[in-house]
Amino acid sequence: MSKSGLFKSSIGRKFAMALSALFLMIFLLQHLVINITAVISPDTFNELSHFMGTNPLVQFFAQPILIFAVVFHFVMGFILEIRNRTARPVSYNKFNGSANSTWMSRNMIISGLVILAFLVLHFIDFWFPEINTKYIVGDTSGLHHGEYRYYPELLAKFANPARVIAYIVAFVLLALHLMHGFGSAFQSMGQNNKYIDGLKKFGVIYSIAVPLGFILIAVVLYVTTLN
Amino acid sequence: MNLTLKIWRQQNSNDKGKMVDYQISDVSGDMSFLEMLDVLNEDLISKDETPVAFDHDCREGICGMCSLHINGEPHGPDRGITTCQLHMRSFKDGDTIYIEPFRAKAFPIIKDLVVDRSAFDRIQQSGAYVSVNTSGNTQDANSIPVPKEDADMAFDAATCIGCGACVAACKNSSAMLFVSAKVSQFALLPQGKVEAKKRVQDMVHQMDEEGFGNCSNTGACEAECPKGISLENIARMNRELISAKAAVKH
Amino acid sequence: MTNIDAKIPSGALKDKWTNHKNNINLVNPANKRLIDVIVVGTGLAGGSAAATLAELGYNVKAFAFQDSPRRAHSIAAQGGINAAKNYQGDGDSIYRLFYDTVKGGDYRSREANVYRLAEVSANIIDQCVAQGVPFARDYGGLLDNRSFGGVLVSRTFYAKGQTGQQLLLGAYSAMNRQIGRGKIKMYNRHEMMDVVLVDGKARGIIARDLVTGKVERHSAHAVVVGSGGYGNVFFLSTNAMGSNVSAAWKIHKKGAYFANPCFTQIHPTCIPVAGELQAKLTLMSESLRNDGRIWVPKNMEDVKAIRAGQLKPTQLSEDKRDYYLERRYPAFGNLVPRDVASRAAKERCDAGYGVNQTGQAVYLDFASAIERYGKETAHVQGLNENDQALVTKLGKEVIANKYGNLFQMYEKIVDENPYESPMMIYPAVHYTMGGIWVDYNLMTTVPGLYAIGEANFSDHGANRLGASALMQGLADGYFVLPYTIGDYLSNDIRTGTIPTDHPAFADAEKEVIERLDHLINNKGTKSVDNFHRRLGHIMWEKCGMARNRQGLTEAISEIQALRDEFWKDVKVPGGRNEFNEELAKAGRVADYLELGELFAKDALLREESCGGHFREESQSDEGEAKRDDENFKYVAMWEYTGKPADAILHKEDLVYENIELKTRSYK
Repeated sequence: MSKSGLFKSSIGRKFAMALSALFLMIFLLQHLVINITAVISPDTFNELSHFMGTNPLVQFFAQPILIFAVVFHFVMGFILEIRNRTARPVSYNKFNGSANSTWMSRNMIISGLVILAFLVLHFIDFWFPEINTKYIVGDTSGLHHGEYRYYPELLAKFANPARVIAYIVAFVLLALHLMHGFGSAFQSMGQNNKYIDGLKKFGVIYSIAVPLGFILIAVVLYVTTLN
Repeated sequence: MNLTLKIWRQQNSNDKGKMVDYQISDVSGDMSFLEMLDVLNEDLISKDETPVAFDHDCREGICGMCSLHINGEPHGPDRGITTCQLHMRSFKDGDTIYIEPFRAKAFPIIKDLVVDRSAFDRIQQSGAYVSVNTSGNTQDANSIPVPKEDADMAFDAATCIGCGACVAACKNSSAMLFVSAKVSQFALLPQGKVEAKKRVQDMVHQMDEEGFGNCSNTGACEAECPKGISLENIARMNRELISAKAAVKH
Repeated sequence: MTNIDAKIPSGALKDKWTNHKNNINLVNPANKRLIDVIVVGTGLAGGSAAATLAELGYNVKAFAFQDSPRRAHSIAAQGGINAAKNYQGDGDSIYRLFYDTVKGGDYRSREANVYRLAEVSANIIDQCVAQGVPFARDYGGLLDNRSFGGVLVSRTFYAKGQTGQQLLLGAYSAMNRQIGRGKIKMYNRHEMMDVVLVDGKARGIIARDLVTGKVERHSAHAVVVGSGGYGNVFFLSTNAMGSNVSAAWKIHKKGAYFANPCFTQIHPTCIPVAGELQAKLTLMSESLRNDGRIWVPKNMEDVKAIRAGQLKPTQLSEDKRDYYLERRYPAFGNLVPRDVASRAAKERCDAGYGVNQTGQAVYLDFASAIERYGKETAHVQGLNENDQALVTKLGKEVIANKYGNLFQMYEKIVDENPYESPMMIYPAVHYTMGGIWVDYNLMTTVPGLYAIGEANFSDHGANRLGASALMQGLADGYFVLPYTIGDYLSNDIRTGTIPTDHPAFADAEKEVIERLDHLINNKGTKSVDNFHRRLGHIMWEKCGMARNRQGLTEAISEIQALRDEFWKDVKVPGGRNEFNEELAKAGRVADYLELGELFAKDALLREESCGGHFREESQSDEGEAKRDDENFKYVAMWEYTGKPADAILHKEDLVYENIELKTRSYK
């Protein structure tokens, strides 16, 4: 068997899922840190946004990797899901899953699909306009009427309560997804024993704190627009 | 107590099969679940109906022959036991009990509640052994000390009875717990380490070939396993496979 | 009495096996490829034999009625496996294991076979460890031992309460390796229906595919039967539901003599029968007797109060308890051999001291062990030895560590916590020492037909010691049969594949199909289980732990009548060419109905008490078994001539050159 065989095996695929998940979790944390600045110091937020949006390393190295990781994670998730469904062609009349496992663990595909839907919305909201401004219109100044446009644009989006609610729902599902995904990723990479119990606890804190952070930011921004 | 049984009836592998309702009365709490089915079958035979086919043998929870998905769970609602060890005191008068076969593409139905679990045998045949001849000329059993902790962990993994409850409980019909138990047993013992890399690759390959699903770490297998085989075994197998694949040269 | 040649090699006892191996014919590796061997049964004996024969190069076809070789009932053996390793340095040796086994078997086994068994026992442990069997180890990483009934040394290797499982999975893994290599062709869910003899030699079998119902012909140069024992003739036993005598009985009917059918082991520590509809009894490992003390109340009023639920056993003070094994057998106490312990329990229960509703239960009490271990642990950990609650807690932990799974099993079945209240136990049928007669080479009286493991009669005499069944199964399969069969097969290197179109196959197949059709077409009124239960009842009442002339005579005629009724009135639903559990069961019960009669006949003939066979007419004033070496120091071999009543008795005289026959005493 050759090295390439790893990703042909079920375990190898799960390993790949776990690797992409870990990368995405690190990204999520970084994204949260930047967003927090929006409610603490809009100026810092503007500076950081401009840096991230124009730094070539971020734009042409990190961003493609991120996009690849996102796409890979979703596509592989679907591939695995299809395989899992075909593994039981006739289903049970009665299946008492809640007796032996959590809702999160059994419904990663549902939380994942919600997150995918959210990502579409998120891209329409921010990423496509951003790409359009920078690379199609060709304006990389980051300015609008002489001032950084990032914070005002952000604020404008969160003036709509429907969007805020959509974001909250998505982040709740993200929390559920992470709640299972964090520990699961380590298990898939072969790490599960008494020594990593601490890591699992950290996973629970992470899974709640990160999505909660995003939710709070959305709510604060919405409240800000009311004034 | 009086019970309603909803049982999967399927004449043979080609038949489509369906759930059929049966009423059973005067069930005592001290009866085992399979004794309750024995009584049902006696009754069916006396009425010139076909008895319900189900697998069973030792009736003490060790041979792994009995299966049955009872009220949505393999081996029923209790923990740490097989169907043959389940007693009717776990149910109450008037209950409706769903009795279905273990379901998975890799476990085709033979008749009624009897399924073909030979996929498990084929996985074992692909590498679940130490390649040592039974010549009687092996070295003295005490020549290689094995740390007690390793021996105990290997034993815990080795207590798997191959019943297939892990597959039946898993929403993905994954056989990871079963396979990892055997991989772990050998990987933990010095006698098994020699072939460990080849073994894990061959067994995982065969597992995938048989059409089992992927592991999504729900932990249902561990919860339903009558022998309490730990998920740590799956992690160990993941680790073994990843390192084996990484180590193999082109 | 005929002259029976058991083919015991000449020479000193300790040299017999080595000399024999040096002198028998071998088959060269190239020729082994031309030879097929059928192995029926894949338990410890059949599984290990199939694996080893395949390794040696023979083409093996293995048959199991279960869905996988791993399900064979060897898997349920709990306690352990004996081996003369002397790792504990307590004076064990091959001779001592040999001596204990012959004595434990009440001097009714063959010296040469038992010595060979003791000789290869150490090899078994080496082999199993090399295969990755996870035996229990101590903190130094070396193998641990425990002691078992009837011996004074610690020679039992174990894997918690699942030794049989681990050993069987070891043999199964060896088989898997050969199945993967294509050297074993495995036939799961296949039941042997008959053996086929060509020119007087075993040349194949007729088997039925239990999934499709198809009757098939399989040929080979030799047939090995490792199909286990026949304890299920009692209906209720600790055997698996599917365990059956059919393979052994079929070869008996084709010419293999059946030896000592009445030698049955009734295991003392089983969970008592709970209700009329019970289908199966559960064993609690003998190892529990290492720490458990067996007792019943001394006074009848306490018995009555306990049965009425007015008194709890824990409330009864020490002086009101009768630790009857310790009282009667001070030297061995609770660790007397199984037959002795079982009879003593029956004696107390018959006298009215049984402690449950049915009056058929005694206590197995761990309170003093919990106390002792608790104090020991407290001492080691430097804690207060006088803190009763702490001592009990620590003691329970030790007990849980040693027997946790057994305690859990008990609680699941009985719904009572054995850590708090003593267990209730009662003897149950467990193992059959009798079986197909074999010579030193494990060949039956039919050339080319072998019997191994529990299916043969050879090594345990009239009573088997604990942890010896696993030893014998693996010794036969790994280390004895694979050598001795070569001697016979060396004549077959030019024979070529045995054709299955020989008239002998056609005749056997026709007979099998007719019998199956008869069962299907009978359309009687009573189910198979109905007959099996009734047979079991006769067996337990009249051929059980104590037997007498009158009961046995009645049993014979009752079984005959039941058998006639069975063939007239049995009802088997479904058809022949389909998965039909009832049909399979019917065939097995039909054979039990014949064996049962031979069993009773054999027990009637043996007017002595020895081992598991207790004739009420032959006992001492104290109620101990009285053996009669002058008249019964032989193996009773039965030749089938048409029906059990007409079976002809042959005798193999047992010669003891190395052991002096003594009255077995565990006092």
